[in-house]
Amino acid sequence: MKFNNIIIGGGLSGLTCGIKLAEQGKKCAIVSSGQSAIHFFSGSFDLLSKVDGQEVKNPLEAMKTLPDSHPYQRVGVENIARLAVEAPQFLNRAGLQFLGQADQNHFVLTPMGIMKPTWLTLDDFTRFEPKDTFPWKKAVILNFSGFLDFHSLFVQDGLKKFDVDAQIKNFAMKEFEAIRRNPSEMRSTNIAKVFDQGEDALNEFAEKVNLLSEGFELVILPAVFGLFNKNVVTDLKSKINKPLVLLPVIPPSVPGIRSQILLRKRFEALGGTYFLGDNVEEGTFENKRLVSIQTNNHGDIKLEADQFVLAGGSFYSKGIVAARNKLYEPIFGLDIDGDTVSDKWLDEKFFNDQPYMHYGLKTDSDFRVLMNGQPIENLYAAGSVLGGANALKEGSGAGISLLTSLHVAEQILK
Amino acid sequence: MRFILSVERNSKLNIKDIDKIEFIMNKNKSKEYDVIIIGGGATGAGTARDCAMRGLGVLLVERHDFATGATGRNHGLLHSGARYAVTDPESASECIKENVILRRIANHCVEGNNGLFITLPDDDIAFQSQFVDACKSAGIGTEIIDPDFARHIEPSVNPDLIGAVKVPDGSVDPFRLTMSNALDARIHGAVLLTQHEVKGIVKEQDRAIGVELFNHETKENVNYYGKIIVNAGGIWGHHIAKLAGVNINMFPAKGSLLIFGHRVNKMVLNRCRKPANADILVPGDTICLIGTTSERIPYDQIDNMFVSRQDVDVLIREGVKLSPVLAATRILRAYAGVRPLVVADNDPSGRSISRGIVLLDHQERDGLSGFITITGGKLMTYRLMAEEATDLICKKLAVDKQCETAEKSLPGAEKSEHPLSIATEKVYTGANISQKSAKDRHGTLAKNISNGDNYEDSLVCECEGVSIAEVKYAINELHVNNLIDLRRRTRVGMGTCQGELCACRAAGLLCESSENPGKAKDDLANFLQERWKGMLPITWGEGINEVQFTSWIYEGIYGLKPDNN
Repeated sequence: MKFNNIIIGGGLSGLTCGIKLAEQGKKCAIVSSGQSAIHFFSGSFDLLSKVDGQEVKNPLEAMKTLPDSHPYQRVGVENIARLAVEAPQFLNRAGLQFLGQADQNHFVLTPMGIMKPTWLTLDDFTRFEPKDTFPWKKAVILNFSGFLDFHSLFVQDGLKKFDVDAQIKNFAMKEFEAIRRNPSEMRSTNIAKVFDQGEDALNEFAEKVNLLSEGFELVILPAVFGLFNKNVVTDLKSKINKPLVLLPVIPPSVPGIRSQILLRKRFEALGGTYFLGDNVEEGTFENKRLVSIQTNNHGDIKLEADQFVLAGGSFYSKGIVAARNKLYEPIFGLDIDGDTVSDKWLDEKFFNDQPYMHYGLKTDSDFRVLMNGQPIENLYAAGSVLGGANALKEGSGAGISLLTSLHVAEQILK
Repeated sequence: MRFILSVERNSKLNIKDIDKIEFIMNKNKSKEYDVIIIGGGATGAGTARDCAMRGLGVLLVERHDFATGATGRNHGLLHSGARYAVTDPESASECIKENVILRRIANHCVEGNNGLFITLPDDDIAFQSQFVDACKSAGIGTEIIDPDFARHIEPSVNPDLIGAVKVPDGSVDPFRLTMSNALDARIHGAVLLTQHEVKGIVKEQDRAIGVELFNHETKENVNYYGKIIVNAGGIWGHHIAKLAGVNINMFPAKGSLLIFGHRVNKMVLNRCRKPANADILVPGDTICLIGTTSERIPYDQIDNMFVSRQDVDVLIREGVKLSPVLAATRILRAYAGVRPLVVADNDPSGRSISRGIVLLDHQERDGLSGFITITGGKLMTYRLMAEEATDLICKKLAVDKQCETAEKSLPGAEKSEHPLSIATEKVYTGANISQKSAKDRHGTLAKNISNGDNYEDSLVCECEGVSIAEVKYAINELHVNNLIDLRRRTRVGMGTCQGELCACRAAGLLCESSENPGKAKDDLANFLQERWKGMLPITWGEGINEVQFTSWIYEGIYGLKPDNN
């Protein structure tokens, strides 16, 4: 099978790259092994939230202080500024409304009830600004009885710091009785499915919410709405007669899965081919070029392309692997930027800056990967498989995924 | 005070209420007990039970939580004694006697899996007959079995084995065992104070008369008085003795172990040779354990339970010889404990180490009356140690009561409705998985865990099948102060995800109970750090993937900080 471009990895990074290339008329395929990090999406995309532990107000400014080895510096701050304007429009075309600016972080409320700086926020969620004020004084936090993945007490505690009088109410609905009969089924996606399927359930729910929130200015709910049906959140907001703040829950993330589905649909609508549940096993190289790849599901049928992008993610997505005494890239055995001595991978304090978080693939200045020190001319890397940053500590995970992918797509389109 | 406590078994009062009543009644009293026991390990809890059953007024004090020292940091092996048969016949015969007793009085804490002593091509097969003879002299039943049959009954065993002997080894859950002893002590009127650290021993001339305690919860100092003070502090007993002005020469021996994420073996696997490093593989609950290494450490390092990558290498290398599948099995955690070995009083060189039970009457030994130390020994002999200590206490207090701890079952094991075979027959499917798991963990006490209600049956921890009801039961009845205590009572966070998702759910429930969200958030952070400690030496492969995921959830989505949340 022959394509213009093949992308290995179907997460935020792979999809972004694939959509961008397909938008420009390229015949693309994405090979995805399954779930991705979007499945624990918080509702917001961070660009750069912290530098040296200090909160960042203007990510584009703060970016200039990052080391040269950082992916943003390697893309170039000017390029980042330009791509950061393009990103929300790009997502918008896939049906995902994100709001925010790259030169000024806004804040979102976390499930711990604290404010966290971020770049783009999905319109399900509420953007706050400035950080130390909360527009409402009397809120009701509602949760489904038996749903353990949302912690009303933590939220209530956090809101006290904003002088918000928040009360907690739990309620049951007959629609959940069947789910709750099995003790492990009361999880976010199963709740979402109930509301996806029927207008009646949503109406009944909204009525209940309106009743329970009498005398309050604001309703706070767990973000468990709109899995396959993206209208549920808008419908819910129109049926509830007060402002509604949704907060993320323990994964899986319902808005995250919806976002992944919409991006995939966008890619397929543009003519892209998405191989789900397939694994790339090896590649054939000729003259420092990757000619074709072999996958588990395709057996002898080789997948050929002019350019390839490796967007396999970090450790948890198995884009890179830590064996007992070595780090490696599991498909092609590409060069890794990370400590070879396993004693240095980890810091003894869980909350410290963990060295392993910085590890990723070595690339040249055009984001082409290296094998035995030599660049592969048509194999690029994008997203969190790139090293050079602790995206968790910086709050830069989604930004690196989105913007390096757009940048790599531009390199390919040149 | 006694009256209220004696009706506890039938009353509707829960333990927290009784604590409150006790506290109020204590306030205006002299806080005087017959016996004050220092240390909440198996020995301390067992001694508290024995003393309370003989009618003494007992206070047990523990600086952290039950079973936090060597008690909870070993194999959890229900020794048949076979391991010691050749080298230490006295320990061997103590073990087999206690083995039989524990299977009876603590059957909810025990899995009677039996064990194999295997001979590998590198080992001397001639040792086998010496081993079998020594077992026979110690009273340990053995059966020499054909290697083919051994492979049949224990498919995980190294297929190259050239000999195998079956022995009545088993597994014991040290957390449950200690908690059951503590519960029974309480049922018999003992008062238990966790999070209370001994800062000094109150003395009156040549007599110990009380303890100075620091309450870690309230940050207050408080004194309690007793006729006899029992030092059951394990390796920390050296320090406690010093507070009393007497010296015990301890020999801290650190042993490291690995926990695997699957239970690969049904039977305990041992090497049929003289005891060496990493030659026991013990199955327990959903996991199995390999250990141990042995290393003398300086006394000032006893709280630093670091496991090095070198230790891990030794454990894996040797473990694979017992069961080759371990090479491909994920390691969940590494941990270490310190054996409280004691150097004989007449040997200043420190070479003559006693591995047996050490009971010191400091009145005779040092001229300090009212103070005794019970140490040495092993988890297997905790009950016997408690009996010997209590005999001495009774003698000193002129109380003429016989020990009954070998006959009377521990709470949770009273009825035979929980036969040993059920323990290994966990079925992890179906709607009532939480009830089954709870019964497995709490024995007949599982009836106190409400069930049948959809909400209460919801799972907090999916790896280990822990329900809301079980968590609530543990919080209300089993002395749980934080998530780490909860883990020891229920196995929350002990499974393959190491608390990735369940920690937050359990924190939510603890928060409902404590009504202190700030503390609950910090507690969650502490729990993650505590889990991390055990993962550090073995984090690669899937382990590093899991921990990266955990970090993204708690730091990335939740915004959890190490403290002051």
